[in-house]
Amino acid sequence: MYKFIVFLPLIGFLITALWGRKIGERTSQLLTSSLVSVSAVLSWMAFVDVAFGHNQYSIHVLSWVTSGTLEFNWAFRIDTLTAVMLVVVNSVSALVHWYSMGYMHEDPDTPRFFSYLSLFTFAMLMLVTADNLVQMFFGWEGVGLASYLLIGFWFKKPSANAAAIKAFVVNRVGDFGFSLGIFAVFVLFGTVNFADIFANAGNYQEAKLVFLGQEYHALTVICLLLFVGAMGKSAQLGLHTWLPDAMEGPTPVSALIHAATMVTAGVFLVARFSPVFQYAPDALAVVTVVGAATAFFAATVGLVQNDIKRVIAYSTCSQLGYMFFALGVSAYGAAIFHLFTHAFFKALLFLGAGAVIHTMHHEQDMRKMGGVRKFAPLTFIFMTIGTLALTGFPFTAGFYSKDMILEAAYASHSFGSSFAYVLGVAAAFMTSFYSWRLAFMTFTGECRADEETQHHAHESPWIMLFPLAVLSVGAIAAGFVFAEYFVGHEREAFWNGSLVTFAGDVLDEAHHVSGAAKWAPTVMMVLGFLLAFQMYVRRTDIPAKVAETWDGLYAFLLNKWYFDELYNFLFVRPAFWLGRVFWKRGDEQTIDGFGPNGVSSAVAAIAARARKLQSGYVYHYAFAMIIGLALAITWFMAQSPAGTH
Amino acid sequence: MTADLPSFAPALPEIVLALGAMALLMLGVFRSGKAYTQVSTLTVFLFILVGVLLVAYVGGERSVTFSGLFVTDSFAIFSKILVLVGSGVALMMSSRYMADHGIDRFEYPVLIALATLGMMIMISANNLLSLYVGLELQSLALYVLAAIHRNRNRATEAGLKYFVLGALSSGMLLYGISLIYGFTGTISFDLLADSVKTGEHAGIGVIVGMVFLIAGFAFKISAVPFHMWTPDVYEGAPTPVTAFFAAAPKVAALAMFVRAMFGAFGELVTEWQQVVIFISIASMIVGAVIAIVQTNIKRLMAYSSIGHVGYALVGLAAGTEAGVEALLVYIAIYMTMTLGSFAAILSMRRNGQMVEEIGDLAGLSQTNLPLAIGIAIFMFSLAGIPMLAGFFGKWVVFWAAVEAGLTPLAIVGLLASVISCFYYIRIVKVMFFDEPAGNFDADKGRAIPLVIGVSAVLHSPVSFLLISPLIAAAAWAAKSLIY
Repeated sequence: MYKFIVFLPLIGFLITALWGRKIGERTSQLLTSSLVSVSAVLSWMAFVDVAFGHNQYSIHVLSWVTSGTLEFNWAFRIDTLTAVMLVVVNSVSALVHWYSMGYMHEDPDTPRFFSYLSLFTFAMLMLVTADNLVQMFFGWEGVGLASYLLIGFWFKKPSANAAAIKAFVVNRVGDFGFSLGIFAVFVLFGTVNFADIFANAGNYQEAKLVFLGQEYHALTVICLLLFVGAMGKSAQLGLHTWLPDAMEGPTPVSALIHAATMVTAGVFLVARFSPVFQYAPDALAVVTVVGAATAFFAATVGLVQNDIKRVIAYSTCSQLGYMFFALGVSAYGAAIFHLFTHAFFKALLFLGAGAVIHTMHHEQDMRKMGGVRKFAPLTFIFMTIGTLALTGFPFTAGFYSKDMILEAAYASHSFGSSFAYVLGVAAAFMTSFYSWRLAFMTFTGECRADEETQHHAHESPWIMLFPLAVLSVGAIAAGFVFAEYFVGHEREAFWNGSLVTFAGDVLDEAHHVSGAAKWAPTVMMVLGFLLAFQMYVRRTDIPAKVAETWDGLYAFLLNKWYFDELYNFLFVRPAFWLGRVFWKRGDEQTIDGFGPNGVSSAVAAIAARARKLQSGYVYHYAFAMIIGLALAITWFMAQSPAGTH
Repeated sequence: MTADLPSFAPALPEIVLALGAMALLMLGVFRSGKAYTQVSTLTVFLFILVGVLLVAYVGGERSVTFSGLFVTDSFAIFSKILVLVGSGVALMMSSRYMADHGIDRFEYPVLIALATLGMMIMISANNLLSLYVGLELQSLALYVLAAIHRNRNRATEAGLKYFVLGALSSGMLLYGISLIYGFTGTISFDLLADSVKTGEHAGIGVIVGMVFLIAGFAFKISAVPFHMWTPDVYEGAPTPVTAFFAAAPKVAALAMFVRAMFGAFGELVTEWQQVVIFISIASMIVGAVIAIVQTNIKRLMAYSSIGHVGYALVGLAAGTEAGVEALLVYIAIYMTMTLGSFAAILSMRRNGQMVEEIGDLAGLSQTNLPLAIGIAIFMFSLAGIPMLAGFFGKWVVFWAAVEAGLTPLAIVGLLASVISCFYYIRIVKVMFFDEPAGNFDADKGRAIPLVIGVSAVLHSPVSFLLISPLIAAAAWAAKSLIY
């Protein structure tokens, strides 16, 4: 069954990639979508079996590498953590597949699109089912590739290509850290298999790694390197710049890859390595601080963006920050719980935004929207549900998971946890504000689009609304149904050793924090809503005035804290300069000049000259023969000792 | 002197071929004019019959007859089979072209049969005299073939150039033979080998004679600097004749070269090795460099053949059994590549006219994909790209050279083949990436597509399966020579 879950999307990818044009658009779409849907149904069955039947599986697929002491297989490690990820990945992927049939129906290249989607799904499944680091890295790079292909899906758009390249390059920085982490793990543990690493983590508590004559705490080094990888993939502060640009891809891609699944791979990685992180408190502190800073930073930027997808993208970035500081304070269950609920409501928001864009005929600027409720009432309802869940309205999914994270941060005594709590609560306020700002700017008020667009505006087809409905159910119900298992009293039996959980850990403490700390996020949510309501419904002239008064701050936020400009100045331009020097001076003038180009022009010149010898006159030819003969004989005459004969 | 008749048995295939060729000549004469197809078909059957006799009746045992003038052994069998295949396939490819150009005369197949007879005698020559007789029989037939399109200026020019220079090379050969006879008193290979071995007569005179001899051989295999006739003749002669020139006579002359060097001058290996290395390097470089500026595909193939002879001579230069084995493998692969390429050139026909420029192949992949793939396989194989047969050929000769301590020669060969990649791959580029120049006419006969298809398959990665039988056969052939 697990092999089916993983390989059905691969089959779909191979068939549509190789014969997509032959079997036709419709067949390609139906084929990939059905295969992934079957995977999704099987994943839920697996989830029930593993999480509630308390089973664990290790499934051998094939022996992969045996080289000296390095030995690992291609195998699936199926525990609760994997099962949760299987459910998230396959459910969202299946819904996105179906949704895309409606969203992409005007596109001429749908077989390619669907094959990429299935490729992504397969790679993501490889990542979450990995039982060793190398297999995980394979999946990790696979999703990176699929993400690159899908961001650049409309490859005729220069901005899409630039965004795809940016995503790839920034991720490469993270991947470099990740691969160094893998090497360090192998140096220290002598193996890359998870089971062996986790079983032995305690024995290496005091181990040191020597690098350039300095000793470092080995587990901290490993954890930090792995976290660098996680930062790249999960767009944490510093390596986050690719995520907003990635919105150049089609919207279903943003929902699947850049909200629900791939960007959470970093969270998954840290959670998977929780048995190791547990012995590296310094690394956990870094995770906490980076996560909290990201949550705050992304929320501030989200306040002023005007592109509907960019707002949600920064929101994603911010929510990923929440997950990371939850990991940092050792509330692993809460992090994965938020990952789980976030997948539903963020996919819902993205797909809803896609529906809005569809309705408004490919308009993404919220300043040109407004009053969309009239045209697409169902979309409005679904988006509202998503917004409620994201802002943590009581008893929706986000309420349980986000509040749990904040409570855990409050209860924790680890380094950086109070910093995280303060920033987290502030971010909760901003989350509420920008989410409602988005909702109000899009759905209420007068429509600011031109006549033509308004005339053609229409509700999306049922095939796009159906996934929204399913996700809405998840966004409402995923919280109260599963809270008890993910973070409540059942959690030890539920996680069954796949995460570090024990009685009296930070989650237990989190259940006993003071009422004020518990209610703070909810209060923030209400305040954010009221402020947004005031500014974007009642007094729509306020935002412009605020922006004018605080023009410096406004520009600072609008330009995303000038991260892109800073990187451009620090890295991109020096790299280009260096590249140009090597290219022009080093390569073209020196290596090519004396090497390939010099030799080839010399050969061409010789050939052109030698060709003139071929004059066509018989006496020239005869002369050449005689000369050759004479040379050979002279050679021997000169060689032989004189006077033999 | 005894009046005993010599044993005819070892030479039976040659005798059958000689009588058959004369009978076909008679047939052609009496059928007056319209007998081309009939004679041509019968010639192919004659070749098959001779091949069967070679394998089934003569066999690979060494035997000498006609007072030591004629020898047959496994080396001879291997080479003769190659020659027969080369001649037969070249003949099969000819009919359409000959008919289109009004030169479908019955003399054409008969001349090919006689040339083939000459080649078989060259291969089996065990005496400088029989060697010369075989060589002249072959050459005279080839001169006529080159000029067979006699009312076309270029063809007659080609034939005449070939004849004049061929006469010069024969003169060199004969002068070498007379020097050798003068200094050793014999022209029999076996006696020469003994004479050289005792060291008594291995003076500078014999060496000079041998150099003249090598010059004559080098002309026949068109090695540099005796190659100058090749491009003009290849371009001027009718294409099927060029295909024939590039295949069978090369094999025969190389085989004769090898037998003469090892059979008669085995002890002088260090001396002739120097000359062979020189002409080998010169041929590889000239073949690679000058081909770059060619635009006519037949001229290009001429330089290509010069280069390939250079590679084959690397095997001879090694002066070892492994080297000869490598040479045989190489010429077997080269011959099939060449026949395939010329078959492809023969299908370059547009609006009833043959076209010969490389530019005429432009965009062939869009107008005729199978042909383009076939040509691409030949070009990659000629260039020696791994996975294709041409790679194995180069690999075995270079390996033999390295094992014989001639690493610098192998390196020069590698560099030359890198340069030659340029023009082979340029053809592929022209076919696959340039704007189409227009459709070629469809082939009417079956012979040419068949030749293209079969040799393309033989050189495709399928050759992995065929290379070990070929190497085994070449090893069997190579071990019959004395080293």
